[in-house]
Amino acid sequence: MSAISASEKVDGFTRKSMRKAQKQRKSQGSSQYRTHTAPVELSPLPQLKDAPSTEQQELFTQKLQQCCMLFDFLDSVTDLKSKEIKRATLNELVDYVSTNRGVLVEPAYPEITNMICTNIFRVLPPSDNPDFDPEEDEPTLEAAWPHIQLVYEFLLRFLENPDFQPSIAKRYIDQKFVLQLLELFDSEDPRERDFLKTILHRIYGKFLGLRAFIRKQINNIFLRFIYETEHFNGVAELLEILGSIINGFALPLKAEHKQFLMKVLIPLHTAKGLALFHAQLAYCVVQFLEKDPTLTEPVIRGLLKFWPKTCSQKEVMFLGEIEEILDVIEPTQFKKIQEPLFKQISKCVTNPHFQVAERALYFWNNEYILSLIEENIDKILPIMFGSLYRISKEHWNPTIVALVYNVLKTLMEMNCTLFDELTSSYKADRQRKRKKTSIISSMADNISACNNECEFRGSRHLVLIIIIIWTFMLF
Amino acid sequence: MTLKKITGFAKQEQIRNSSEIHGFAKGRRRSKLREGEGPAAAAFWQKPRSVAPQRHSVTATVSKMAGADGDDSLYPIAVLIDELRNEDVQLRLNSIKKLSTIALALGVERTRTELLPFLTDTIYDEDEVLLALAEQLGNFTMLVGGPEYVHCLLPPLESLATVEETVVRDKAVESLRKISQEHSPVDLEVHFEPLVKRLASGDWFTSRTSACGLFSVCYPRVSSTVKAEIRQHFRTLCSDDTPMVRRAAASKLGEFAKVLELEYVKSDIISLFTALASDEQDSVRLLAVEACVSIATLLPQEDLETLVMPTLRQAAEDKSWRVRYMVADKFSELQKAVGPEITKNDLVPAFQNLLKDCEAEVRAAAANKVKEFCENLPEDNREQIIMTHILPCVKELVSDTNQHVKSALASVIMGLSTILGKDNTIEHLLPLFLAQLKDECPEVRLNIISNLDCVNEVIGIRQLSQSLLPAIVELAEDAKWRVRLAIIEYMPLLAGQLGVEFFDEKLNTLCMAWLIDHVYAIREAATCNLMKLVEKFGAEWAQNTIVPKVLGMANDPNYLHRMTTLFCINALSKACGQEITTKQMLPVVLKMSNDQVANVRFNVAKSLQKIGPILDSNALQTEVKPVLEKLASDTDMDVKYFAQEAISVLALA
Repeated sequence: MSAISASEKVDGFTRKSMRKAQKQRKSQGSSQYRTHTAPVELSPLPQLKDAPSTEQQELFTQKLQQCCMLFDFLDSVTDLKSKEIKRATLNELVDYVSTNRGVLVEPAYPEITNMICTNIFRVLPPSDNPDFDPEEDEPTLEAAWPHIQLVYEFLLRFLENPDFQPSIAKRYIDQKFVLQLLELFDSEDPRERDFLKTILHRIYGKFLGLRAFIRKQINNIFLRFIYETEHFNGVAELLEILGSIINGFALPLKAEHKQFLMKVLIPLHTAKGLALFHAQLAYCVVQFLEKDPTLTEPVIRGLLKFWPKTCSQKEVMFLGEIEEILDVIEPTQFKKIQEPLFKQISKCVTNPHFQVAERALYFWNNEYILSLIEENIDKILPIMFGSLYRISKEHWNPTIVALVYNVLKTLMEMNCTLFDELTSSYKADRQRKRKKTSIISSMADNISACNNECEFRGSRHLVLIIIIIWTFMLF
Repeated sequence: MTLKKITGFAKQEQIRNSSEIHGFAKGRRRSKLREGEGPAAAAFWQKPRSVAPQRHSVTATVSKMAGADGDDSLYPIAVLIDELRNEDVQLRLNSIKKLSTIALALGVERTRTELLPFLTDTIYDEDEVLLALAEQLGNFTMLVGGPEYVHCLLPPLESLATVEETVVRDKAVESLRKISQEHSPVDLEVHFEPLVKRLASGDWFTSRTSACGLFSVCYPRVSSTVKAEIRQHFRTLCSDDTPMVRRAAASKLGEFAKVLELEYVKSDIISLFTALASDEQDSVRLLAVEACVSIATLLPQEDLETLVMPTLRQAAEDKSWRVRYMVADKFSELQKAVGPEITKNDLVPAFQNLLKDCEAEVRAAAANKVKEFCENLPEDNREQIIMTHILPCVKELVSDTNQHVKSALASVIMGLSTILGKDNTIEHLLPLFLAQLKDECPEVRLNIISNLDCVNEVIGIRQLSQSLLPAIVELAEDAKWRVRLAIIEYMPLLAGQLGVEFFDEKLNTLCMAWLIDHVYAIREAATCNLMKLVEKFGAEWAQNTIVPKVLGMANDPNYLHRMTTLFCINALSKACGQEITTKQMLPVVLKMSNDQVANVRFNVAKSLQKIGPILDSNALQTEVKPVLEKLASDTDMDVKYFAQEAISVLALA
């Protein structure tokens, strides 16, 4: 308590970054519901490569069993010797399955999967920091990583071994295994999620029978993330896997996949932490549209429905995604959505946040989009004109004003007559409005003049109502 | 979108005419919406002049609002209806919120035949609009013609119960539950129950989750064959392959069990409960723990052991900390539900384990329940159980590594003293209180201090006072102002319990130091604290101990401190009485009217207004009035304002 500096006492509101700097990077043990028995001390076994080939298999099994012993890494002083033995053994096992042929005999499968399950499947601990912000805060790292990393490494080498037989392994790598694996994607440790991503991808590739199940479970995780918890650390990784899965979908797309796009991927855009996985999400969406261009209209309408209302950062991301979609859009599809889409874009260019306006105006630097606009200039120009003309006069940011001039110039070159028509009608409109304003203000003056003569204060309300009605009548 | 497709306005002309009359020309937008008129909507617009008799009162008020003169009294309603399809979400939302007005104006029949079909189609709208709609429809029974026709509300609510957004769905279910009560038993079977069935067998998970909340409201009022069907549907949903649905079912399991006949609770619910409690997802398992409370309450004592306890034991040792947390969180409810015998044999060891859990979250939740758990133990051997089983765990928690655990414990531990009595408290609990009073975390100390009254009743506060003092002093100087604020609030209580001598000796300086704190909230609380102390210790005490110090601050170079003097005077004058106020306080206030800081001067005016009623009229006329008059001609406009206000309130003009 006494260690608080005088400045902090005066200020009271120490900056967040300062407080964060004081916190040190923490690591966390997994929430193994520990049985209260202490681990037995391990004794080193002979090296596999030194054993005669007849005994190698037996020794391999023994080593796998030895690696099922779990240690408490939060306590950095106990069992040091045993921890080191296990680490060395795991290293040796990784080496053994990746360099040797013919080691994956059928009886080894249950031992291998048992060792893997015991080590990696654990309940993730409660987050240290309940309002963990993945963009700002340092993640809590897994304390047992020195061992767990090697187990993941081993699992990966096991799956990639040329002798690996999915037909035998599917008895052990089953739905339950996958489910537990998927739950681990919530780990705060990015190193772990990275391993999981590669591993799940291999499993998806090798076990045809698990594919639909994996997709469905990912679906469930996303839906829960969107509508229930809003918290899951591994969304980006899962989307990355899905990106390559979607790439491999056969045509025509199954209803199930379309439903996934519309009911899961599009609502995923509403998530608070969109910035963390937007790149992967946009990639998935574009993959779908490249497969089946007829999905363009519903997708864009979906994005327009969920268009951010207050978060400028997200709005910039949405605009980025729209540009990616427009990059691959077919002209016939473009015609179907141009009106609602450009109404939104027209709102974006007038956004007072210059990054939003700028991002929208960058569309005019894109050759393909430009050609689409030119083809449909008679539809698009009337939608865009008012906003562009107005911000060319009114936007506070000089860069935006400069960009708008260029855009207006480009549009003018596309259809000069229409542009002139719009200019004159816009001006006339403005003039009419200005006239109305002056009429209203003169009326207001009149009213206030007669109001002064009124004896009853209550009549003011009446006058106000009259003003409102006149205002309505004029517009 | 779809919204526009279904709009259909055969009555465009009519509307446009009336718009012109009233000058709200929105014709351009409306004409765009004209394509694709539907028959229902067309009817909606064809006979606007022949609306039911209620129209008069509603429309009359609305037209008054619009400032129109009743030529076309339906017009405002037409605007509301028109805005139901406006492109601007906010306008649609406003209109939906006035839906009952629209319905009232249309009359029951047209509401049923025209408005409701239209609303059923709006479910493609923004979630915000849908939420408002779902809420409105729950109160619509009278507007569609009373209970006889209430089933007309089912189609739109059914669609709303299938949308993705959880809040909309939940609201739709809430409204459905509400109107289910208004169905006659026959209608319930003919209209409501089929809806529940349709939802329960929907393709997408959203409708199935919604169905889970509807079983319990219709079950008690249907025939036994339908009951059997409902049970079957619930069973199916409990083993649904999406975890979202299983979660919904698990969360309604307790509620459903309550409306079931006991034999079915035993035959159906228990097996579902057991299955959900061993679900592969911990998010489902933890909800089963909640259901456990209601189920255990329903069953006779002799069945609990075989039907519920195995599952509960398993939950208390679940490998997921979330499930164990839930058990800890619901522990008191569980304890009451299973009764004293099982508590003694099973829950005591389970509680010990939770208090020693490896996750701090679980320990904190359990620590929160210590007092309640001990209170509810069977009285015959309560003391023995606490002393041998609970107290050792509590002792360990006092030095827990996690501050949340310690502060959870600190907020309840004092309550144990009333249960254990004087001797045990002194021997066993006192050392723990003292240890917690020295804890490094301010929250822990604060929680102890805030519960001092429980101990006071049992052993008197003197036992603690030696350790209390350093703890209070440290909290009083804590760097976080919220901590300081919290301790100030306990000062009157402490002062009362420690007595005036102890207070004068040890705490008085603290109370005065708060008056010059750099945070306004603290100075304000300190002022209020002084007032409460004076109320407790009396005017004489105030005159001797605090008034001189407060008045001394009037000469402080810092104007904020000078203002604090004024604030203190405002607070204290009443408690101190006329004599002290007139003789000691008033001269100081008057002198401060010459302060060079305007804020001080206008606070002088405010203070005079406050203490004026306590003074006698002589002092008011001869002393206060001249000063206020001088202030009323101050150069600063705020000073003038408050001086004038004081003059008029004190009637000195």
